[in-house]
This record gives sequence, C-alpha cells and structure tokens, in this order.
Amino acid sequence: MAEMVTLTIDGREINAPAGTTILEAATDANIYIPHLCSNEELAPYGACRLCMVEITQGERARLVASCIFEVADGLEVETNTERVLNVRKLVIELLLARNNKHPALRKIADELGVKETRFPVEQKGCILCGQCVRTCREVVGVSAIGFSGRGITRKVATPFMEFPPDCIACGSCVYVCPVQFIPMKEENGVRTIKGFDYPMQKCSKCGRYFAPKKQLEYFSKITNLPLEHFETCVGCR
Amino acid sequence: MKKIKSPEELEQFRSEIQAGRNPKTPCIAICAGTGCLALGSDKIIDAFKEEISKQGLDTDVATIRETGCPGFCEQGPIVVIYPEEICYLRVAEKDVPEIISKTVINKEVIERLAYKDPTSNKRIIKNFDIPFYKKQKRYIIGNNINIDPRSIEDYIATDGYSALSKVLFNMSQENVIEEVTKANLRGRGGGGFPTGLKWKATRKAKGKPKYLICNANEGDPGAFNDRAVLEGTPHSVLEGMVIGSYGIGCHEGYIYVQNEYPLAVENITIAIEKARELGLLGKDIMGSGFDFDVVIVRGGGAFVCGEETALISSIEGRSGEPRARYVFPAERGLYNKPTNINNVETWANIPLIINKGAEWYRSIGTENSKGTKIFALVGKINNTGLVEIPMGITLREIVYDIGGGIPKGRKFKAVQVGGPSGGCIPESHLDLPVDFDALSEVGLMIGGMIVMDDLTCMVDVALYFIKFLEEESCGKCTPCREGVHQMRLILERITEGNGKKEDLETIECMGKAIIDGSLCGLGGTAPNPVLTTLRYFRDEYEAHIKEKRCPAGVCKALTT
Ligand SMILES: Cc1cc2nc3c(=O)[nH]c(=O)nc-3n(C[C@H](O)[C@H](O)[C@H](O)COP(=O)(O)O)c2cc1C
Ligand code: FES
Repeated sequence: MAEMVTLTIDGREINAPAGTTILEAATDANIYIPHLCSNEELAPYGACRLCMVEITQGERARLVASCIFEVADGLEVETNTERVLNVRKLVIELLLARNNKHPALRKIADELGVKETRFPVEQKGCILCGQCVRTCREVVGVSAIGFSGRGITRKVATPFMEFPPDCIACGSCVYVCPVQFIPMKEENGVRTIKGFDYPMQKCSKCGRYFAPKKQLEYFSKITNLPLEHFETCVGCR
Repeated sequence: MKKIKSPEELEQFRSEIQAGRNPKTPCIAICAGTGCLALGSDKIIDAFKEEISKQGLDTDVATIRETGCPGFCEQGPIVVIYPEEICYLRVAEKDVPEIISKTVINKEVIERLAYKDPTSNKRIIKNFDIPFYKKQKRYIIGNNINIDPRSIEDYIATDGYSALSKVLFNMSQENVIEEVTKANLRGRGGGGFPTGLKWKATRKAKGKPKYLICNANEGDPGAFNDRAVLEGTPHSVLEGMVIGSYGIGCHEGYIYVQNEYPLAVENITIAIEKARELGLLGKDIMGSGFDFDVVIVRGGGAFVCGEETALISSIEGRSGEPRARYVFPAERGLYNKPTNINNVETWANIPLIINKGAEWYRSIGTENSKGTKIFALVGKINNTGLVEIPMGITLREIVYDIGGGIPKGRKFKAVQVGGPSGGCIPESHLDLPVDFDALSEVGLMIGGMIVMDDLTCMVDVALYFIKFLEEESCGKCTPCREGVHQMRLILERITEGNGKKEDLETIECMGKAIIDGSLCGLGGTAPNPVLTTLRYFRDEYEAHIKEKRCPAGVCKALTT
C-alpha cells in the first residue's frame, strides 16, 4: 500500500495515495476538473492547461496543472477560483478558435459559461493535445507520428509529411483523439487512416479481413513468432 | 605543457609568467570581440602586425594583444595602448602606422583618435576616464581588455585559478557553498534564484551522477552580455564551474552555447583545452584528487532553449521543448539526475566571491541584490555597448550618465529591460534601482536594455516583441501558442486602424490568463511587453483605437 496523504480540495478533506496527481485524487473523490490532454495511460504532459487549479502551500498561492502536480500532506487546492476560471475560459476560447464545432469542446465551454469565442475562428480541427503522438510513442511504441513546426504552426505530422514508414495502422491515434480529428475507414480489405492506405490481412480460416498486415508484421517481430501464426484471426486461432 | 600538481606549482608558474613580462613594455590591446570584429578590427590587428614587422620592432618595444570586448562597442574598433592606457576609438587601418610611430614609440597622444566628450568637447585620453566607464564597476568584464582570452597565461598572470586553488586545498565542500550563500549571489539568468541554495539542494539530492550546466543560450535579441563574458574571459566561467562542481560534488559539466556564437565557442574550447593541459580541469585537478570535466553542447539558438527544462531536453538529444514539472532540476534534471544549472555570468561571479570573500561581495549592491550586473545597452542611446554596473544604481544613471543620453537631442520615452518578454519602463519610473526585487514587477533582470526615444510608437514596440515571442513559442501549451498568436492579431489590427474599443480589456484579461496558465516561463512572461506598455502608455493605444491616429507617426496605416 502506498503511503496516504491528506489534502483538501475545495474545502473537502481528502485522502489519496502519495504519488497521485491532484486530478486523479479529485476524480476519485468525484470532484470534476475539466481536462483534455491528460490520459492515465500516458506520462504526465500538461499542455492543454484546462486542468489548472490554485494551490496554497504555506504562504504562497499559485496555479498549477492538476494533471501533473502530485498530492501532498496539508496541500490546499481550490478548483474554481476566479484566477482558475479566467485561465480555463481563455483556454477554451482559444481552442474554440481552432475548432468551434466539436461537442466535447462545446460542452466544456458551456460549463464555463462561454457561449462563443472572442477570437476569429480558423477551423483546424486538431487541438494539439498530443494524445495521438504520445500514444503512438508510449503505448504502441513506434513513434510513427510526431509534431512539426513551432508555435502556432505546430501540427501533428508524419515524417516529411509523407507516408509514415513506421506506422502499423493500429488506429490507436484515431481512438484516443478527443475531437475525432483523425479519420479512419475500412473498405475492400484496405484500412485508410488520414488518407494513407494500409492493406488488411484476410484470415486464413474464416476469410474475414481482420487486421492491417503491417500490424501483424509488427506483432511477429516483437514476439519473435512466425508471421503465419498471426495470419489467422483471434476467433479462429 | 607540464601539469600543475599543487598550489605551490601554480604560484610558481604564475611568478614565472609575471617575471617574463615587463609591465613597462608597450602593449597594443585591440578588441577582437564580435562587436569590434564586425567593425573591422581583424584588419586593424593585421595592420598592426604588419607594421610592427615592417618597422622591425622587437617584442620589448611593442607587443600586440587581441582581447575580448571592453564594452564601448559604439566607438569600435577599440585600441588601448599600455602601460599608459591611452584609449583610441574608431581606429581605421590608415591610423595604424601613426599610432606605432607616435604613440607606441614616442609616447605622443593622437588627439583626433581619443574620445571627445560631447558636453565639454574635451578629448579624454585615458581609457577609464571616459564617462561611459566611470559609473561602472567592472569586476567581471574589467579584465576583458587586459587579457587575451585564448591565453591561459594571461589569465593566470592576473590571479586566475587562485580561487580554485584556495577552494581545493583550503576549503571544505560545505564551506564553498556557505561562502556563495553568504555572498547572496542570485542567478543572472533571469530568475534571480539564490545560487547557494540551488547548489545546496543539488548537493543534498539523492542520485548519481550529478551534473552541472552552464547556460549560454542567450537567445534574446539584442543581448550580447553572456557572449562577451564567454568570449572575453572564458577561464572565469570555467574556474567558476570547477569550483561549483567541487562544492556540489559532481564530476561532469556541460556548457550549452548557441551556434550563432562561433567566437565564444572557439574561445571557450581553447580555454578548456589549455586548462586540461595544465591539469586545472580533468582528472586529479592540481593534484587534489578531485576530477571534473566539461563538454560543450551547441544549440540552435532558439529563445526557448534557454529555459532550463527545454535546455536539458536539448542536451539529451530531444527536441528543445520545455517539460511541465514541479520538481527542480536540482532533484531530477539531466537524464533525471540531480542537475545544477546556472547562467554564464553567475558562474563568472564565483571566482570573485571566493577570492575576495563573501563579506566584500556583500558590500556591493542593495539589501537583496549583491554584486554587479552586466547589460547590453542598445537602442536610441549615445553610448551603446556593454556595461557592468553595481546593483542599486538607477536606470536614470545608466541611461544618462553611462549611456550618455538620447542621440540627436531627442527625448527619452522608455527603456525595455528583461529581454523580449520584459517590460517597458517610462520616464516616471527611471529612478528605479537595478535590483531583482524592484525590477521584478516590470520584467526580468537579464540581457539587453533597449532605450527608445519619442519617435517610437509603443503599440508598435509591443507588436514587435509579441511577434518575436509568437515565433519562438514552442507550441506545446495552449495559452502560449494560441494566446500569444491571438494577441498578435489584435495588436496588428490596432496598428492598422481596425482596433475595437473592447480590445484593451481583452488584452489585459487574456494577458493575465496567459501568465497564469502557461507551461513555462516563455508564456509566463510573454504578455509583459504588452501589459507594461498598456499600463504606462494607455493613451497611445487609445489614440490608435479611438482616433485612428498614431501619435509617434510610426504606424503606416494611420499616418496618411
Ligand atoms: C523562455 C526562457 C528563456 C531563457 N533563456 C535563458 C538564457 O538564454 N540564458 C540563461 O542563463 N537563462 C535563461 N533562462 C532562465 C533559465 O531557465 C534558468 O533559470 C537559468 O539558466 C538559471 O541560472 P541562474 O540561476 O544562474 O540564473 C530562460 C528562461 C526562460 C523561461
Ligand atoms: S489535462 Fe492538465 S494540462 Fe491538459
């Protein structure tokens, strides 16, 4: 058992295991903090800045990203101060300027009382939370996609904007995207992700297309099992 | 070269160097810093060499020294003739034969090349009688004109490495940290964090190995103070680092310097090689049994790479993006090991503190800001250049007494301090002292001081800095990436005559949120130029928005 610490969130006393983040502790205690880039399967990242909270340790009050800051004994956390809300409102308005349609963003905006963004909207779709890039690197382990460009020109991209040689077409990036920005479809034995085509494997027994060939090749490589082993779908295996 | 194996051997080597030099021998010191080189000082150096050989002069008649930047870049190329310390400014190739025959050989002053005081119109002959230098206290860069930065002998002859010797043989590790703590040295890289405390935290942190980093990124436009230290007195930085490594208990160091600084890289590389040859760096330093070595890492020079977590990522070979973390590098830094990172100038202060003692050091400066601070003084100011001033003197003294005021009889309007994300300070606040706490409200204590005259439009200035920061934002976190971009769009609209009356309120409100919400110090300070200009020059913004007028007549869309 991890050592427990006691902190207060919005005046409520809460016990949480040392090493958990404020966001985790709050979620466990049913206290809602909006967040977009954090994902418990991924390493702390802290980039969307929606989950900011105000903390007091000793004399000083300051804002921190709750998805990174770890709980500590005697920590006082406020999730809804004026300063916090001022940051959250700006963040959501700025994100709406990239994507003012997606229900997930509109819902957060509603909660914050933001009806429309004050800023000119340039529909980009992607909000750069980085979950796709991080999942590809940290969970899948291939780093087929990354970021390119700096500042406002930053985007998620494949190396040299070309067909990503390391992509195994697993589709994890698609599933993890909070705004469904990465399109994927399957037709006639081909999986298409963001315009790139990946042929699927037909099950050697039932004849169903069941997985991208590149993904199976990757499995074979990391497990050291012959490729044939993977040419049958799980149901028939 | 023979390795130095004890304090006695260092002193012996020092005496040998000094004995071989006659202080009365004329020496022609020529600034070979980046500023003067750009003005052609390399040609002057060649011309002196050629003239000396043409006239067949012996080394006891004249020697040449290629030095670092003494600071008065405005008037370069700078030549100082020793031992009289006659200072010639704006020297041209054609002046060289005359300088040799008249000044070097016959001790005659060539009036026309000496500094002319703009108020009295009198010529000032001696280097440090020039008003530009008078209010300065040049403990760090003062040696720049006295030594050839590539000569370790020059550095040793002027007491170099005596602090290291003292530390290794007469002080415990704790004593070293105590001395630096007592001196109340605060980081010169912007944050003003007490250096002693940082060292102590790294020393105490668990984990091995520990690392030391010298931050020589200096990515802020207009600043060249760190460059001048590294170029002009690289051994001071190196000596400071070895002393720090001993105090902290670590054996590996890095100097992170941007690619745009070839001369700094060259000089520090030579310094490292020479120090290694002499056994002042590397294994068993001076026979003490203590090991420490450094590696130079060259960065692309992006502004954000100077931020410590981004810099660490960059050394690790990853993209120079800041990491969101609430642990200090002292606990988990480079390769997740305890790491102590300090700015170039911070390191260069260390030998001084050890040599002269914390008590002495504390006598310079204000209650909470001790020692000196180096600034690059640029913009609409008569004496542009590099200045080192004691903490506590006022901005007014810097602008008027050292900087010589505003050229062409124009009026002072504002001085921008603290790099691109610093603040603009108006005339009414010129009596603020240079002090970490006094200036923290308007900006950081780093880099350049950019002086602006009454022909400057403050909205345009804010736009200039915001554009820079927009381009330098790494793009990782929302408030900095999107917020600074939107701020730029608003400012641009205002300068184009399309400002709306709610714009100012929007800017103020989003400025606070960007500061509070950003992941690193870049976004955390980015709104400063806008917020400070808005605070002190609100009427100018309003003229742009309400009257569609640019009072300074700068914004093109509003001047016709
Ligand atoms: C955007 C940004 C850029 C920075 N650039 C530099 C730099 O070029 N040089 C530097 O020494 N510190 C720079 N810093 C500060 C460093 O993060 C760090 O605080 C400093 O190197 C610590 O050294 P010190 O304690 O000696 O000041 C920068 C900080 C930020 C936020
Ligand atoms: S969820 Fe914490 S910064 Fe995005």
